[in-house]
Amino acid sequence: MSTDNRSVLKVKDLHVHVNSSQGMSTLVQDINFELEKGKVLGIVGESGCGKTVTSMSILQLLDRKAMTIDGSITLKGQELNGLREQEMRKMRGKDIAFIMQNPMSAFTPVFTIGEQFVETIKSHTAFNTKQAKELAIEALLNVNLPDPAKLLAKYPFHLSGGMLQRVMIAMAACLHPAVIIADEPTTALDVHNQLLVLRHLDQIRADYGTAILLISHDLGVIAEMADDVVVMQQGRIIEAANVFELFDHPQHEYTKTLLNARLQLPF
Amino acid sequence: MTLLQVDNVTHSYSSKRLLRRRKESEQALTDISFRIEEGTCLGLLGPSGAGKSTLGKVILGLQRPQRGQILFQGHDLYAARIPRKLRRDMQVVFQDSYSAVNPRMTAESIISEPLENYEKLSPAEQRRTVAELLNRVGLSETDAKKYPHEFSGGQLQRINIARAIALRPKLIILDEPVSSLDMVNQTLILKLLNELKSEYGLSYLFITHDIKAAFAISDTLGVLEKGKLIELYESKNQFLTSSHPVVTLMKESILANHPRSRSLPTRTINR
Repeated sequence: MSTDNRSVLKVKDLHVHVNSSQGMSTLVQDINFELEKGKVLGIVGESGCGKTVTSMSILQLLDRKAMTIDGSITLKGQELNGLREQEMRKMRGKDIAFIMQNPMSAFTPVFTIGEQFVETIKSHTAFNTKQAKELAIEALLNVNLPDPAKLLAKYPFHLSGGMLQRVMIAMAACLHPAVIIADEPTTALDVHNQLLVLRHLDQIRADYGTAILLISHDLGVIAEMADDVVVMQQGRIIEAANVFELFDHPQHEYTKTLLNARLQLPF
Repeated sequence: MTLLQVDNVTHSYSSKRLLRRRKESEQALTDISFRIEEGTCLGLLGPSGAGKSTLGKVILGLQRPQRGQILFQGHDLYAARIPRKLRRDMQVVFQDSYSAVNPRMTAESIISEPLENYEKLSPAEQRRTVAELLNRVGLSETDAKKYPHEFSGGQLQRINIARAIALRPKLIILDEPVSSLDMVNQTLILKLLNELKSEYGLSYLFITHDIKAAFAISDTLGVLEKGKLIELYESKNQFLTSSHPVVTLMKESILANHPRSRSLPTRTINR
């Protein structure tokens, strides 16, 4: 176990293999990183490099029959890898929350925002529906959503992508998790909503000391948010550094390519 | 010469709600007018829900506007009869490359579909044309027999582009063509689009919410908000000096290129 209490999430020697009829193939290997309280760790890399597989294995959301996850994933000292599904369900949403790229598919279309929000809160606390509703309204106010009481009665398809993404952040933040995994949280949003969502995430980090694992292919998002950065390519970490160090003195050729691929504006 | 002329286009979506007598309608486009000259690219910027994609559909002839006129090469697109040639001169590339192709068709059959519709080529000629197109967009002839799921998003978007240029059109509507790609692929696709534009003298309507992408490819720019074209710019500089509140907000929301210039000031924990 970690002796450093600032460290909340520790991933050690993570390997993920998928077993198919053609044999075993490796998705990610030798993944090591640590996430500290109130810090933001960015993971960058192009599509298919293993960013999402890494986050899914932390959340233990990969199909255990088809895939093998080796290594150790500890959240506040507790081993997550191989944890029974029942136990894991208690942690997801409460100790470790997940914000997905596509808010439209993260909600079920047949229940209102309120029903989904209240269910999440009630399954992790002893709150009754009324209390859960109050907490939901407060959380929605915190992410600057107007008229939360009315919003709770709406269905996901009544809201825009940006609003839904903020609902998802409110949901993730309301139980003050130790870690939020945000997988491309702003990719589906326009520039202004993107900035709002990033500001809210940072607010949550500052208010509750939540550590954020921020997965993005957009170096603008990383530059804006991250303290440290891990660069992934083809299932491996090829470079890990402080964000300033990475932008100023990239070591690996691939990191340089990524940095050069940034689109520039004449101002 | 003016290739596309959009005059006072107004369009609204209406929905009849169950058990409600009143018809609800939402104004998607209000009084939109602009032109695209031959060989140029108009970048159409705007937040999500501004009506950008609706405008794209109206121009493609997929959605008849309630009012207004669209002239393509001087012909009214919604006239009772239009020359068949007009259709092939306008093509489209969508954001989601996977849903834009039939998963049960190979790259070759995807790209040859427009050729089969408009050109009578012998099988050998058609195969050669497809091979040339694949090469032109940076793929190889060996990719011809592959299915969509065997390609990455960036590669599949190249196939969509190959299909769009197969008939040597005059105008391509690009509806967020790079928004779902990672940065390296974004840069490469924009580069390809720029090359094709000068090679074939193509015109683009580039619909995007990404100012950086719009700047990489556009000659003129327009900003759409809540269905209204709030400003048109003859040059990128005009856009940069604009003080319209919507444009100012967009410019202020652009993320830093380096952590030193990040807009989130403190990195502390409050408690």
